Amino acid sequence: MPEEKIRILIAKPGLDGHDRGAKVIARALRDAGMEVIYTGLRQTPEMIVEAALQEDVDAIGLSVLSGAHMTLFPRVIQLLKEKGLEDVLVFGGGIIPDQDVPELKRLGVRGIFGPGTSTDVIVEFVREEIRRHRAGEPRQ
Amino acid sequence: MSRFSPQQLAQGVLAGDSRALARLISWVEDEVPLARAALAILYPRTGRAHLVGITGAPGTGKSTLVNEMAKVYRRRNLTVGIVAVDPTSPFSGGAILGDRVRMRELAGDPGIFIRSMATRGSLGGLARATSDVVKVLDAAGYDRILIETVGAGQAEVDIAKTAHTTIVVEAPGFGDDIQAIKAGILEIADVFAVNKADREGADSTVTALEMMLDLNGTEPGQWRPPIVKTVAIRGDGVAELVDRVEEHYEHLRQSGLLARKEAERVRDELVALVQHELTEALLASLRPGELDEWVRRVASREADPYAAAWNLVHRGGR
Repeated sequence: MPEEKIRILIAKPGLDGHDRGAKVIARALRDAGMEVIYTGLRQTPEMIVEAALQEDVDAIGLSVLSGAHMTLFPRVIQLLKEKGLEDVLVFGGGIIPDQDVPELKRLGVRGIFGPGTSTDVIVEFVREEIRRHRAGEPRQ
Repeated sequence: MSRFSPQQLAQGVLAGDSRALARLISWVEDEVPLARAALAILYPRTGRAHLVGITGAPGTGKSTLVNEMAKVYRRRNLTVGIVAVDPTSPFSGGAILGDRVRMRELAGDPGIFIRSMATRGSLGGLARATSDVVKVLDAAGYDRILIETVGAGQAEVDIAKTAHTTIVVEAPGFGDDIQAIKAGILEIADVFAVNKADREGADSTVTALEMMLDLNGTEPGQWRPPIVKTVAIRGDGVAELVDRVEEHYEHLRQSGLLARKEAERVRDELVALVQHELTEALLASLRPGELDEWVRRVASREADPYAAAWNLVHRGGR
């Protein structure tokens, strides 16, 4: 049946080598019926935004455990703007201290999910954000 | 409210706008009705690219090989479009598309465009929309289009109809001699890559394939699929593999097979489209509940499925 599939890029920017969390999220989104483009470890913001553009994704989920989130997230968001992709939903997870969350949200990261978040919460967040977005601005 | 018109997207694709290209591919995948209008504009600009299929069992190294082949083509100043297909879950309808993991070296090169596709229920090793996605990349001007199938077993042979040149990737230890004489995937190879050739057993894999090809026999002037040993992770043998692939295309062109293959492909495509259109038109013409009524009769064994189908086609809607 023709339908508008939800496509999501799950990426691990930066240098830390732990992608278990990212894989768990990828799997949960897959099980929720979404197409997940998984790009693996050590992606630069440039690589992430290029992949998001070519794959025409609705959302990008970034997992950062290295502490570099205050440079990596803003850089991804800036590059998305430069490419005219500001309508792509950005969310993130990993080790992100509470005091950084307001600033990341101000920059345009729509959701931040720390360790222990149920995957159901993340799936519901993604589905709801994309549903609202498409209602206001359909892809076709 | 539409953000893009088909004309805008098609013009964008022809002008080299990656964003328009990516969005039109989504339209094609989602079977958005407007995609047809865009494809119609692009169709006259297709038919220029060399379409190369890469298939083989899971874990033989297809993605890594695609990555290295793309690098060889780029060194030869050719642009490359890549379509990488991974399976859709039959249970959730979701998919994890992980082929980009092995293609990270290609990032940042404007001469390369990579698109991951899920099969979305299609069983032949490609997605139903793959051939249309390839047309879009062809119209966008990519010189070579590499189409990586899902990890294929023995029967996923759609790629041979879509690609001009099909590479079947084997790796040592994936099967004994008897596998090599079975029907199916080995028969569609135009070029064999025996990948992971630094591992034990590579030579016996080559020998088994040679034996199979000997049994097939090759008429004079006919193409005998060459076998190339590669170690994709190091790039070994990949330039030679690309050489053989190019030679195959040249052979197709000079022998007139290219035109014949294209005519066959167009015929298959047209017949499939006609079937699809007729089915849609017929189903739309039925009275409400008519199909359900026949489903009930067949399920309860009051009617057999052949009679039900005949009645729906010849007596439906009255």
